[in-house]
Amino acid sequence: MSGHDSKYFSTTKKGEIPELKEELNSQYKDKRKDAVKKVIAAMTVGKDVSSLFTDVVNCMQTENLELKKLVYLYLINYAKSQPDLAILAVNTFVKDSQDPNPLIRALAVRTMGCIRVDKITEYLCDPLQRCLKDDDPYVRKTAAICVAKLFDINAELVEDRGFLDSLKDLISDNNPMVVANAVAALAEIQENSSRPIFEITGHTLSKLLTALNECTEWGQVFILDALSRYKAADAREAENIVERVTPRLQHANCAVVLSAVKMILQQMELITSTDVVRNLCKKMAPPLVTLLSAEPEIQYVALRNINLIVQRRPTILAHEIKVFFCKYNDPIYVKMEKLEIMIKLASDRNIDQVLLEFKEYATEVDVDFVRKAVRAIGRCAIKLERAAERCISVLLELIKIKVNYVVQEAIIVIKDIFRRYPNTYESIIATLCESLDTLDEPEAKASMIWIIGEYAERIDNADELLESFLESFPEEPAQVQLQLLTATVKLFLKKPTEGPQQMIQVVLNNATVETDNPDLRDRAYIYWRLLSTDPEAAKDVVLAEKPVITDDSNQLDPSLLDELLANIATLSSVYHKPPEAFVTRVKTTAQRIEEDDYPNGSEQGYSDATSQVADGAASPPTSSSSSPYTATRQSVPPAAAPAPAPQVPDLLGDLMGIDNSGAIVPADQPAAPSSPPLPVLLPASTGQGLQISAQLTRQDGQIFYSLLFENNTQIPLDGFMIQFNKNTFGLAAAGPLQVPQLQPGTSAMSLLPMVLFQNISAGPPSSLMQIAVKNNQQPVWYFNDKMGVNVLFTEDGRMERGSFLETWRSLPDSNEILKEFPGIVVSNPEATLDRLAASNMFFIAKRKHGNQDVFYFSAKIPRGVPILIELTTAIGNPGVKCAIKTPNPDMAPLFFEAVETLLKA
Amino acid sequence: MAGAASALFLLDLKGRVLIWRDYRGDVSSVQAERFFTKFIEKEDDPQSQDPVVYDSGVTYMFIQHNNVYLMAASRQNCNAASILLFLHRLVDVFKYYFEELEEESLRDNFVVVYELLDEIMDFGFPQFTEAKILSEFIKTDAYKMEVTQRPPMAVTNAVSWRSEGIQYKKNEVFLDVVESVNILVNSNGQIIRSDIVGALKMRTYLSGMPECKLGLNDKVLLEAQGRTSKGKAIDLDDIKFHQCVRLARFENDRTISFIPPDGAFDLMTYRLSTQVKPLIWVEAQVEKHSRSRIEITVKARSQYKDRSTATNVEIELPVPADATNPNVRTSMGSAAYAPENDSLVWKIKSFPGNKEYMLRAEFSLPSITAEEPAPERKAPIRVKFEIPYFTVSGIQVRYLKIIEKSGYHALPWVRYITKAGEYELRLM
Repeated sequence: MSGHDSKYFSTTKKGEIPELKEELNSQYKDKRKDAVKKVIAAMTVGKDVSSLFTDVVNCMQTENLELKKLVYLYLINYAKSQPDLAILAVNTFVKDSQDPNPLIRALAVRTMGCIRVDKITEYLCDPLQRCLKDDDPYVRKTAAICVAKLFDINAELVEDRGFLDSLKDLISDNNPMVVANAVAALAEIQENSSRPIFEITGHTLSKLLTALNECTEWGQVFILDALSRYKAADAREAENIVERVTPRLQHANCAVVLSAVKMILQQMELITSTDVVRNLCKKMAPPLVTLLSAEPEIQYVALRNINLIVQRRPTILAHEIKVFFCKYNDPIYVKMEKLEIMIKLASDRNIDQVLLEFKEYATEVDVDFVRKAVRAIGRCAIKLERAAERCISVLLELIKIKVNYVVQEAIIVIKDIFRRYPNTYESIIATLCESLDTLDEPEAKASMIWIIGEYAERIDNADELLESFLESFPEEPAQVQLQLLTATVKLFLKKPTEGPQQMIQVVLNNATVETDNPDLRDRAYIYWRLLSTDPEAAKDVVLAEKPVITDDSNQLDPSLLDELLANIATLSSVYHKPPEAFVTRVKTTAQRIEEDDYPNGSEQGYSDATSQVADGAASPPTSSSSSPYTATRQSVPPAAAPAPAPQVPDLLGDLMGIDNSGAIVPADQPAAPSSPPLPVLLPASTGQGLQISAQLTRQDGQIFYSLLFENNTQIPLDGFMIQFNKNTFGLAAAGPLQVPQLQPGTSAMSLLPMVLFQNISAGPPSSLMQIAVKNNQQPVWYFNDKMGVNVLFTEDGRMERGSFLETWRSLPDSNEILKEFPGIVVSNPEATLDRLAASNMFFIAKRKHGNQDVFYFSAKIPRGVPILIELTTAIGNPGVKCAIKTPNPDMAPLFFEAVETLLKA
Repeated sequence: MAGAASALFLLDLKGRVLIWRDYRGDVSSVQAERFFTKFIEKEDDPQSQDPVVYDSGVTYMFIQHNNVYLMAASRQNCNAASILLFLHRLVDVFKYYFEELEEESLRDNFVVVYELLDEIMDFGFPQFTEAKILSEFIKTDAYKMEVTQRPPMAVTNAVSWRSEGIQYKKNEVFLDVVESVNILVNSNGQIIRSDIVGALKMRTYLSGMPECKLGLNDKVLLEAQGRTSKGKAIDLDDIKFHQCVRLARFENDRTISFIPPDGAFDLMTYRLSTQVKPLIWVEAQVEKHSRSRIEITVKARSQYKDRSTATNVEIELPVPADATNPNVRTSMGSAAYAPENDSLVWKIKSFPGNKEYMLRAEFSLPSITAEEPAPERKAPIRVKFEIPYFTVSGIQVRYLKIIEKSGYHALPWVRYITKAGEYELRLM
């Protein structure tokens, strides 16, 4: 059925556009159709044919479906650039949406939804309304998706016109494909709304489980994904659900299988009967194994997910380790993932076979795979005490092959094995020393030097060995220099003879005078001083017993694991990151940000767009994103800012539901007298006499929102409630707000305990926090607060110097962000350090740089995100330079704010 | 949980966009192209080879087919398994339409490609990928097409894979039971993995809406019915069904009932991880003589009953990359040196059961070798074969009932065949 469309790509040289224009206006149908094809061909290769807009649209009214589709395609592409002309198409669209042919009706609605031009959107509503109730399921299924499209363009319109209800009605449609699309649309809308829109009740659950049996494979995925959010009431319901989902494990479509696995795992958390759980594990194993016969890309997704599943339920695949053995032709990305799972499943029972495999892999040609295989042997040794000896002997065999990178990798892991099992395997040191000359990678060299230093007393020629490295000391990378320094000190302390004494002088000299590496110099000075004042103390410090290490690499934090398991089959499970870490989808729902300071601001308030409409003010989408795509959509300039504080009754409905058992701090508890006055967030002039001041504080590792209410009205106020909008860190109240009745002229303090990660907003990080407070007498008050990220800094943020350095180095330079605070003066460093430490910003080290001092700090925010801070300043002079390095550089602006606040205080 | 693709791209081998379809207006083709062309350039970096990659807010998921990359982009937390599988289905659809999916066929049919991209996905949600049904309302030959009055019922029906009103003069069903034996033998001669992946491949030429019921010698079913089967009953580890099979019914009483699609499809696939004796066992001895020549002695033994015969046996033996001057003798079949794959391929047309054949080969090696020891490519011995009229698992089709309301009589034809799947023996 091969076509000959390629001829449309060929162009005649003389003025293409005018020629096309002429052909588009030809009186012959065929010629017009050919011309449209040429236009689309030109569009495909990236030529700008937008100037033909009117002429193409003129071809839209045609009986020929193929031609119509092409014109529609053209419209999708160019309507945005020609919004005024796009209106020309509306009539035909509306007419087509009533065509007797359902294909054309659906096509019209589908295409209109893709044209993101406000003027067209207005005209979409009526056809959409009709199509949602169309007789033909093909039209209805298309209309269902179109509601999600419209919501993406203009959420208010969807709510105003009642499309959400029509969409919910479609869940009960008699056609399974319509049901599936309605579910997909609702799930998407829910994702982008903070209001509960698509709640799965027991009733919808059973309907959807029935539809599952009849809809297409893709529809089954939509339904399973949506249902995996459902929380069963009890173990019995969970068992019932699982029973109806398990047949899906037999589906040929891998995505259906994975989504079914997700749902079963979710429900399993509730099931108490160990028999049922064991049975389910047994049922899930074969389908999971079969996923490894799928296409390699699917295998990759499956393996990333299996990695998560075995962390939570190791028994499922405990006996299936063989299926993860690598095949010769597996793509490298599959091999790497299989290796990771093999380590996880390795046990005393199967380790011999696993080691044979690793050994086999370690002699393949792909260098990265080989290295990972060698590391895997080391990790098994650390994980399985009884197998450690066998692992070591495999490593020694590998070293004997004398392939350079294998040797180096083996030495690195043997160092870890020595640390894990001290005084057990040192007999092999001699063999290791034979490969000394071949080491040229810093990590391997450093490892070998560590071994020599640590066991200097057992290596007869330890001094000679170390000496051989000393010659090149100045040229070595920092990692090796540091190890060499420590190892020489160890050697000297263990064998305080003449040779080592000379060596140590050379090293200390090199490491202090000849280097400009502050870490090396600092360490050298410390050793120097220790050795010169109290050699015994030096022994205690340098030769101290080290804590035993474990292999926790690649083990995920349980709460993160929970979240990832709830996201099986999705990108989140592939990346092993929560969705908010990478989802950058630009929200286009109406936003309510009034402060210009936060143009990249967070979510809109309460998404309760109706509140704006209720004012009668036209409220165009005022997306504030930096994305160029949404920017183009802001064709309508924002109208006057909507009146603040409209009534949002249903928001408070939710408040009533708050459980009263939360941690309660009495409202009348006096605030610490020394604390400075709280910033006023709602001035009395705005609050009709009610003034609210508030600030986030941290006490004993717990975050509180400290509030002061002042009643300057003439009436008593009571029934105070508070709600927080979605924000970057998902800060929300941990319990109800406790404020007694406020008599006129009185005030009350309240400490509200807060929790994190409740309602996390997507989008770029922001310190903006939107708060609503209501009482029984007044309207709802909305105000903004700027959260100081420093209250999030956790008590365990102190880093060891070593790990600080390692973290600093492990982060790419692109993660380092600089900012100057020109106005800040540090005159008393000690006091500043104390103050910072009190706020959990921990001092690590200090060095001089010219006339300036450089301070290093570490801090941590929940979920273990470390922040490394470098402050450079000349004491007593204004101006502080702040550099921040963190795995989440996009949060840097927030950290700068926090650091600045702390320095100013 | 919700999430969908933002756009689909069809790109050439250099990563340049051939055709793309924007579903959500939140990714740009220029950005995608810029990223992807760079991405496929750096082939050496293993991290860069993952089929799911992230770049400035957008996730790209891709597969390759011939000289075309198919890539989906998303800004959301979309279902990666579903999207990647969808891309593979897209390949099937294009192959059905254009016979072969490659850069040229896409260019030659760009109008249909656009039409298909519009139909199979809406707003980034996969919609419909049954090529046969699609071809009923999206046709390549524009001249023959009159305005289709409605989408085929199948598009939205519960039976989305079959249209009504199909007519055949002679109603027939062909059922091929194909078993692939996967085996991995390590360098100690131990079988470390063996499993059988079977497929029931069906070709149906049936009129109307036939109800089919398939009976296998499934141990679970036979035991449940309290029957002591005459022959061997087999225990299938994992079964996967084509979407036409009623899964809930199977879960209930192990009945395989379905309305089949028209034409060819895989009714079910199954997997058995029982240890099987390798059907063809290959032993190779490699001797290196004084760095100047290498001698390979290979024994191949068939370990199945005399009455079966393997056909088209191909044994691929790895040889060092620097080997030259092959000198090969075989006791059966012929051997050819394939230096482009660094291998010697031994072909035996017909290999009866319980027989043993030999091959001896000698190669010259260059006398100069690199000083630095480097790992050698350690490819395994790979074997291909087919054994007709035979299944390793012993699976049997007990019956295939076809009932249609017009009451016609249909003929089922069943064939069995076993072949080598991933059949690897590592060199000792």
